[in-house]
Amino acid sequence: MNKEEIKEKVISILKKYTRREEVWENFNDNSDILNDLKINSARLVDIILDIEDEFDLEVDDEAMDHIHTINDVVEIIAEKKAEKKD
Amino acid sequence: MIETKRVVVTGMGVVAPEAETLQEFNEILYSGRSLIRHIDELEEYGFDAQNGAIANPEIDEKNELLRLFEIDLTSDFIKLAVKAAYNAWLDAGLPLPDPDSDEVDFHTGVMIGGVISGIEMLVKKVIPIVDQKRPKRLGSMIVQNTMPSGASAYISSIFALGNHALSLNSACSTGVDSINWGYHSIASGWAERMVVGAADAYNPYSWAGFEGMRVLNRSSNDAPEKASRPMSASAKGFVPGSGAGVLILEELNVARARGARIYAEVLGGFSNCGALRGGGSMTFPNREGVIRALKSTFEVCRIRAEEIDYINGHLSGTMADPFEVQNWYDAMQLKDKAFPYINSTKSILGHSLGAAGSIEIIATLLQLQHGYVHASLNTEDLHPQIEKLIGRDSVPLKRVDFPDMRIAAKANFGFGDVNSAIILKKYEE
Repeated sequence: MNKEEIKEKVISILKKYTRREEVWENFNDNSDILNDLKINSARLVDIILDIEDEFDLEVDDEAMDHIHTINDVVEIIAEKKAEKKD
Repeated sequence: MIETKRVVVTGMGVVAPEAETLQEFNEILYSGRSLIRHIDELEEYGFDAQNGAIANPEIDEKNELLRLFEIDLTSDFIKLAVKAAYNAWLDAGLPLPDPDSDEVDFHTGVMIGGVISGIEMLVKKVIPIVDQKRPKRLGSMIVQNTMPSGASAYISSIFALGNHALSLNSACSTGVDSINWGYHSIASGWAERMVVGAADAYNPYSWAGFEGMRVLNRSSNDAPEKASRPMSASAKGFVPGSGAGVLILEELNVARARGARIYAEVLGGFSNCGALRGGGSMTFPNREGVIRALKSTFEVCRIRAEEIDYINGHLSGTMADPFEVQNWYDAMQLKDKAFPYINSTKSILGHSLGAAGSIEIIATLLQLQHGYVHASLNTEDLHPQIEKLIGRDSVPLKRVDFPDMRIAAKANFGFGDVNSAIILKKYEE
């Protein structure tokens, strides 16, 4: 799975947690999940649970602290996937 | 307690089975149409008592404001409360806030109760996941959707309300108590406006406890509309229900200043507990407690019992009904005047536990507004003790038109030997 495919799946997960459609009219890889997508910070743990299920991996609490943007999520998934193959 | 401010009802919102507008609800009461149905799921779960009256908790897709909050909402209890609050808010003619604004109305508070909130999430999610020893898998939404104050928290968030946001629970007295405490918040000057009421959701896991106690009517599965029989000689237990009732209460001058339509005045209320003494138990009232609660209600409202035109009783369809009527009779001590009309809204809607009181207060207000007393269904065979005490004519088998109705009394009695009453009066300047 390449990063573009990962990103597509990540966005479809994030969409479940955005209250407003408008935030998706203008976004990029560096959009901040809390500030730009206006997702409630409490929902980050739910997003991580969905990602663990979708990509069959585990994200520890420490890694979660480094997630701010869409790209951060994609990178962590790509990294974990690579670790798994090793 | 020095309370001089007058409190009025300016908005009502109800979520009942087949009725989510006041007009629909009023038509059901006016025509005396039972909302009790056979619930197949109860049969599948092995209940002997298979009837119920279930309100729809789902939020309308077209409701733009509530849809913003729905992604966080998993509890049917909170959804019911939020829907009823939304209806009440609009009915009161209050403006919907801008969800993106930081403006808070610090003069309006919330008090929403419920008896069995969030149990479905505990049963279906918390218990299995924690038993698998994976508590982190619960995610972030469990606490806010199961905490009893969850409904008040969501409602204050939706309408930007900054006065106190509390939840109250006194079993089946919850609905009356929430409204009484909202009244006190305004009368004492703590708040100017209150969103008050209660909700309770359908769930086989919550209703199972009552099946276990054998307090539900198990003998009418083939005739649901006959199952809820308050005050009848053949009453065999209550029929569970679900729903929500929410009122907007306002200090009189606040309501007047904005030109609000006033449904009625809340004269006040009283509640107490029989302390499980004197024949009282967790499930049956101490007679002295009930009589004192009713007498104290008349006293704090400064009315004489003779002035009461109509009583909306607790009257759930159990063996306790004749005792309840006896307690009303003894508390009122009417000399020359006949006993007022008394009916049971539970004969139409079943018993929605904590929500019942709030929904029944709305039923009382609609009867006061439109000038009638709805039929108390299934009282063809009125209990002989009740008939002997207050006479057949006090219990309407069919709707009675009553345009001059002025003062209505409403009470609920709950597990824990708690008693609560409230007096509502047609608004007069």
